[in-house]
Amino acid sequence: MNLHEYQGKELLNSFGVRIQRGIVAQNADEAVAAAKKLTEDTGTGWHVIKAQVHAGGRGKGGGVKLAKSLDDVKTIASQIIGMDLVTPQTSAEGKRVHQVLVAEDVYYPGDSEPEEYYMSVLLNRGNGRNMIMYSTEGGMDIETVAEETPHLIFTEEIDPATGILPFQARKVAFNLGLSGTAFKEMTRFVTSLYTAYVKSDSSLFEINPVLKTSDDKIMAVDAKVTLDDNALFRHKDLAELRDLREENPIEVEAGALGLNYVDLDGNVGCMVNGAGLAMATMDLIKQAGGEPANFLDVGGTADAARVEAAFRIILKDPNVKAILINIFGGIVRCDRVAQGVIDAYKNMGNIEVPIIVRLQGTNADIAKELIDSSGLDVKSAVEFQEAADKVQAVLA
Amino acid sequence: MSVLVNKDSKIIVQGFTGSEGTFHASQMIEYGTNVVGGVTPGKGGQTHLDKPVFNTVEEAVKQVGADTTIIFVPPAFAADAIMEAADAGIKVIITITEGIPVADMIKAADYIKDRNCRLVGPNCPGVITPEEAKVGIMPGFVFKKGNVGIVSKSGTLTYEAADQVVKQGLGITTAIGIGGDPIIGTTTKEAVEMLINDPETKAVVMIGEIGGQLEADAANWYKASGSKKPVVGFIAGETAPAGRTMGHAGAIVGGSDDTAQAKKKIMRACGIHVVDSPAEIGKKVAEVMA
Repeated sequence: MNLHEYQGKELLNSFGVRIQRGIVAQNADEAVAAAKKLTEDTGTGWHVIKAQVHAGGRGKGGGVKLAKSLDDVKTIASQIIGMDLVTPQTSAEGKRVHQVLVAEDVYYPGDSEPEEYYMSVLLNRGNGRNMIMYSTEGGMDIETVAEETPHLIFTEEIDPATGILPFQARKVAFNLGLSGTAFKEMTRFVTSLYTAYVKSDSSLFEINPVLKTSDDKIMAVDAKVTLDDNALFRHKDLAELRDLREENPIEVEAGALGLNYVDLDGNVGCMVNGAGLAMATMDLIKQAGGEPANFLDVGGTADAARVEAAFRIILKDPNVKAILINIFGGIVRCDRVAQGVIDAYKNMGNIEVPIIVRLQGTNADIAKELIDSSGLDVKSAVEFQEAADKVQAVLA
Repeated sequence: MSVLVNKDSKIIVQGFTGSEGTFHASQMIEYGTNVVGGVTPGKGGQTHLDKPVFNTVEEAVKQVGADTTIIFVPPAFAADAIMEAADAGIKVIITITEGIPVADMIKAADYIKDRNCRLVGPNCPGVITPEEAKVGIMPGFVFKKGNVGIVSKSGTLTYEAADQVVKQGLGITTAIGIGGDPIIGTTTKEAVEMLINDPETKAVVMIGEIGGQLEADAANWYKASGSKKPVVGFIAGETAPAGRTMGHAGAIVGGSDDTAQAKKKIMRACGIHVVDSPAEIGKKVAEVMA
């Protein structure tokens, strides 16, 4: 589960990580009130207005702007709220912005130049340990840094038995070239950042940029936080931060029905049991000349109710021109799945796209018989290739 | 020969009396698997499915000589169950549970690494050595005995591959479901290595998916080993979009090197017979074994 920037920053702040302060606003008037309050609290003259959507690269799409007066705040906030923000990480239609973060200006002049760094905390899948990845090249796309100047990216592996150790925090600060107050601030920053990551059961923190201000404070100017969905049961407060407006509505509905569904751009819907077989089925659809319209894992119990729910979800996508059902019946018997398909089909009345059902495993022959004699416009298959051929035929 | 489990394995079921544990334990027993008991804290001393129930894994090891466990414990308690099994001296720990928090698995993986045991999973279908032991949730009838080893991250795709192999008139030595989570015990490389080193196994099927480096590691190991045993490979998820989790928590394209295309390229370069279509796995196995 992803958090908004403002939510991520609140989470970091609650563990003692210094952040660029800000107040979230739902409309232009709230933004102006937020700006006034922020000036009272922090003394900031200018304000940064930042679109709150679940996508990176917001600045590039015009979703982050500097306001030098309250009039600016009002104008910019009304421009950004309600816009469809297009960034390198969104679709071409963009993402609707529902709220902005009004933040203090932290790039004020002072004794030294402000400097930006990059820092993330994530799992190293290679050895099953968390690591801190950081770079002197902040404010840039980290993939570009990795490609062009890989020697400027550092990593620090954390031993799960000890957590982050003081020498590791010092190493981070040294490698970033810091000294004096900024050095001490950085050791505190990285230590509390790692603590926040572990205590919140996160699976990714990406702070880009981490800023050294002109008066040597270290703070998070942005925060991308991804929480481990499997651990949300022990973080009820964080689970409540989920913003359904940021998610695909069909995916939300499918999730509520216990179906694992990912919306895609293609024309052939699919319903499969098991994630690996579902991905393989999508690949086969492509090889048969179609494009998968979705990933859908119905799970172990493919009974009539679940099959019907899955049908309804798939048919919400107007681009679907055919549906391929691919079930490997192991513990669940194919004839029961076939009956489920027939019952669901009859219940729904008007399915206008051709359906190909491939049932393999326990009682596959009885299942094929059931489908073939049902009188419905459903094509049956037993072998995987046969299913692909039938998909190809209906698309032709 | 076979790997990990056989007819002499002394198997216990953790989470024995729960609904999942009960259902699959009875299927395992029906298959002929040597289930010697189970563990459910607080129900020690009872009998379930005609087998003794113990409060702790340690008791099960002492009293019935358990050396292998299969875990159906719910996600919040599963990592603890893994560590308990490792501490009690269980040699093979097969974890079916899906949805264990990553932080719990980091701890469990660290805890077991210096103990003399092997973890398979979590979030996996288990391990089967046909006609000897089914220690998992797979449909036993699909797996006929033979000389092909299977390693896979996925459940139903493993059954699919086994079915295709069997329909070519071949059979399976051992099929290992390693699981689809970001942190798993036995890696693709370790599973492939076990099967390559098993004298009875004449060919290996290696099924992977997008995300992580496990298949590339296995491919590099295979090349370096100089083994003449053929390996047939398939990677699911060529059509999966980057940055989206596809069902399995670990199935997510993070960069340019963990896409299906990138993995297949490395596997081919290492001498693995890669098929692009999941419908061609069985045929390719028959071809390379001919």
